Amino acid sequence: MTPEAEFHQRDRDLHPPAYTPVYKTSVLRSPRIPLWSLQNSLSEVTGPTFARDELGPLDNDLINNYAKTGEAIGEQTIVHGYVLDGNGQPVSNTLVEVWQANAGGRYRHRNDTYIAPIDPNFGGCGRMLTDEHGYYFFRTVKPGAYPFRNHVNSWRPAHIHFSVFGTGFAQRLITQMYFEGDPLIPYDSIIATIPDKSAADRLTARLDLNASRPLECLAYRFDIVLRGRRQTLFENKLQGS
Amino acid sequence: MIPTPFVLSCLPETPSQTAGPYVHIGLIPNQAGFDIFQNNFSGDIAGPDVAGQRIVIEGKIFDGAGHVAKDVLVETWQANAAGRYNHPADNQKKSLDQNFRGWARTGTDFGTGLYTIRTIKPGSVVGRKGRKAMAPHVNFWLASRGINIGLATRMYFGDEEAANSQDPVLNIIEQPERRRTLIAARSERDGAIVYTFDIYLQGDRETVFFDI
Repeated sequence: MTPEAEFHQRDRDLHPPAYTPVYKTSVLRSPRIPLWSLQNSLSEVTGPTFARDELGPLDNDLINNYAKTGEAIGEQTIVHGYVLDGNGQPVSNTLVEVWQANAGGRYRHRNDTYIAPIDPNFGGCGRMLTDEHGYYFFRTVKPGAYPFRNHVNSWRPAHIHFSVFGTGFAQRLITQMYFEGDPLIPYDSIIATIPDKSAADRLTARLDLNASRPLECLAYRFDIVLRGRRQTLFENKLQGS
Repeated sequence: MIPTPFVLSCLPETPSQTAGPYVHIGLIPNQAGFDIFQNNFSGDIAGPDVAGQRIVIEGKIFDGAGHVAKDVLVETWQANAAGRYNHPADNQKKSLDQNFRGWARTGTDFGTGLYTIRTIKPGSVVGRKGRKAMAPHVNFWLASRGINIGLATRMYFGDEEAANSQDPVLNIIEQPERRRTLIAARSERDGAIVYTFDIYLQGDRETVFFDI
């Protein structure tokens, strides 16, 4: 392993700490002993890679990838953007996975008992690989807000969950994307776990009229930044390999 | 595009958010209760063509009150039987197993809380900067409701005492009793080799988690 392969240290101030009483479930699931700082070895700078033929042609089309009798119901929406690293370099061919509630705010999950109906034509998950420029794109219906038992009147703003890999296991990231203008954002206990206001604000996707399809659907733009390696040349070598 | 060789890290990382209670929908939809993709990732990665000794890794994950956490996503990343990662950054002169990606994904069971990974035992990987070898280990990453940012840890093998005692990562952990939180006990059951690796998120037996 060359030193260039190492990642810059994660800036934990940009992330929620483990223990955030505002989000009650974190109280018993948060380690209390400080994390041991580990300099990168091969175990951290490497990570799984995925091939295009592992994915199906509809995997990034949530409107149609679970269609049984017709398309999913809801406001058809494009979500797109770039996965970049901390050096501003594109992260190409990386797996992006998404999941969300349906337009009524109900998840297709055996543990979700919210009163909103299941949409028989909506699974609520999708996945794609970024292209050589780090670009990803998927179609979906805009998810609805829904309540959760944090406080009796806690509501989640509309959001889409994202899982991203990057090129090394140390870049692994799961996050949530919100929609510009959602009035529930300031009241959300999950967003509130992030102490840095400007960091939290980067989770809000912006309306992107230029990418919308006239008379068909609106688009939102959400760029994702993963940790950078110490040398950008390494990234380019990876992409060419 | 011509890369600039020495660019300072300039873009701030996207903040993490909890994977939430419905992480299964996106990442292990079969556990959520439906079938959508043709190809599903799984915790069973020792296919018939993979070289190496078949092992089962299993365990439970406990919260700070001792409850079993039954909705946790578990991912593992490991080297092949020869001790090489299937990744271009690994330039060790060891054989690559094209049938083995080395990555597994599963969830703790909604009923029992048990997670199960079926894989092969990894070989020893060279340590940082090519010095001391690291003892065979499997890298773990956990995400779930209540976990705000994914938790990284490592599992070492209980029957590798000599290698473990020389491992450069175990040895940076100051207290020997905390090192033991990373070592899985070996047993045999119905002819299978089983390593039991329970993880404690919090409390007296809190597992060592790493800032990697």
